[in-house]
Amino acid sequence: MSAQDAADRARALGKLRLGDVIFRSVTRIAAIMVLALLGGVIVALVIGAMPALQAFGFSFLTTQSWNPVTEQFGALAPIYGTLVTSLIAMVIAVPFGLLIALFLTELCPKWLRRPIGVAVELLAGIPSIIYGIWGLFVLAPFLQVHVQPALISAFGSVPVLSSLFAGPPYGIGVLTAGLILAIIVLPFITSISRDVFEAVPPVLKEAAYGLGCSTWEVMRHVVLPYTRVGVIGGVMLGLGRALGETMAVTFVIGNAHRITASLLAPGTTISASIANEFTEAIGEVYTASLIALGLILFVITLIVLAAARYMLLRIERRIG
Amino acid sequence: MDASLYAARRRRNTVAMAASFIATGIGLAWLALILGVLLWNGLSGLSLAVFTEMTPPPGSDGGLLNAIVGSLIMTVLGVAIGTPIGMLAGTYMAEYGRHDKLTSVVRFINDILLSAPSIVVGLFIYEVMVRPMGNFSGIAGAAALAVIVIPVVVRTTEDMLLLVPDTLREAAASIGLPRSRMITRIAYRAALSGIVTGVLLAVARISGETAPLLFTSLNNQFFSTDLNAPMASLPTVIFQFALSPYEDWQRLAWTGALIITFSVLALSILARTLAATRKTS
Repeated sequence: MSAQDAADRARALGKLRLGDVIFRSVTRIAAIMVLALLGGVIVALVIGAMPALQAFGFSFLTTQSWNPVTEQFGALAPIYGTLVTSLIAMVIAVPFGLLIALFLTELCPKWLRRPIGVAVELLAGIPSIIYGIWGLFVLAPFLQVHVQPALISAFGSVPVLSSLFAGPPYGIGVLTAGLILAIIVLPFITSISRDVFEAVPPVLKEAAYGLGCSTWEVMRHVVLPYTRVGVIGGVMLGLGRALGETMAVTFVIGNAHRITASLLAPGTTISASIANEFTEAIGEVYTASLIALGLILFVITLIVLAAARYMLLRIERRIG
Repeated sequence: MDASLYAARRRRNTVAMAASFIATGIGLAWLALILGVLLWNGLSGLSLAVFTEMTPPPGSDGGLLNAIVGSLIMTVLGVAIGTPIGMLAGTYMAEYGRHDKLTSVVRFINDILLSAPSIVVGLFIYEVMVRPMGNFSGIAGAAALAVIVIPVVVRTTEDMLLLVPDTLREAAASIGLPRSRMITRIAYRAALSGIVTGVLLAVARISGETAPLLFTSLNNQFFSTDLNAPMASLPTVIFQFALSPYEDWQRLAWTGALIITFSVLALSILARTLAATRKTS
């Protein structure tokens, strides 16, 4: 009787232990799968890009021509477009984001903080295709009629700027894409800057105010130095987003594989080239070249995002 | 001299404060403008036909039914594939390997995947699914969306499980509950609303994703629920219609954009209220 009980007990315990071991290994496998995902993406892209990498080698990165007929492909124009549009976006969005974050943390009345904060975060979630369709139908025609002619005539006789703003006003082009990107990354930069600004210990700010500092001086000499690493991390996160942004840019960039000094001319970015051409690409080398573009984009964003995360981790550690 | 320094400091402060005020105003106005234009253009095309008829050929009337159904199928499948994997990975990180090397590496990589360009995900699924299978398919689209869901769910599951007090775990262990039961019966329940919030945010994220679908599920002019065939989706239809020269197609694109924006906003607000009730209770 008691021997029977003991055996039942042992069996039940064994079952439970087995369940435990299985559950633990299943969760562990899932965690490893996340790592494998990143590795898998890189491996798949390298394999897919192989024909192009073999055909063009290192010159793929330095060639500007993109000719599907003669099957000559180079990534220079899309890389250039990606970097320039992202640069325009950051030049506009970073000061705006920081100023809005300053408003939200220092100036805004308490009751208004949450609504504006929530609005900013909701806007960060709006899909980029919405910004794209708005850019195509609203922003581009507006720029074409009202802004670009003014830019051309205003800077036409200034030595360097005249080449930046040269050519006919198409509406679509590098500048328009940069503007749309700025609107897309603005909520990201704002909300991260606000979070790191809020993490500054009040004692530090109060001490500065106690010495007679103005709000701007507290911001400039206490808050910004204290949160520098976090702000840079947030900016890099926004940059990662701008570099990889696809749909909004595809709508307004004009998809022209060439490098021109003028910001008003149509251009292309890595993601826009892939989105526009991938399903129409005929032939192994063409497809592989587009996948190679994807690989380059992935590597660039990986570096930027890894640096951003590292910096945000550092400020988290300091505050936490 | 002191007085002039004081005046200069005051002036600088006023300028900076005004700039911050104006920047906020411009930012909010710009975003209000986008939503306003979207409402204006989208509402004018909104009618019952949008939800009951197929996407039309240019020049005739129609709706977005096949695209809406395709989007729903792929979103549901994407979440159904991505959520369990993400939850289990998050569980390992919060429950078993809290201080593991593996956990910190996975957390770092996961944060990077969270903001990796979605078009690259599309290329990845094209390489591993579309090319071997030989055709574009709805299931490939769902897989691409799942890849985007996973990091979101991993992140929220880990965060939410870490918020569950350890005393709860110890109490469960003290009455002899095996660890796996403790996790599924106690920790999951305590973290439930947080995990649901994460899943809702993931749904919001993928319901507007276009880039990963362009060369996985492609598009389909006709109604199709066949997972092995190309499948229409709202974002790809918007992309195709907005760039077309036909006015009725462009109108449908605006309406589709309105539908997506409102679903995304509704989902995010729902997720937020869920998270807020959790905090107060």
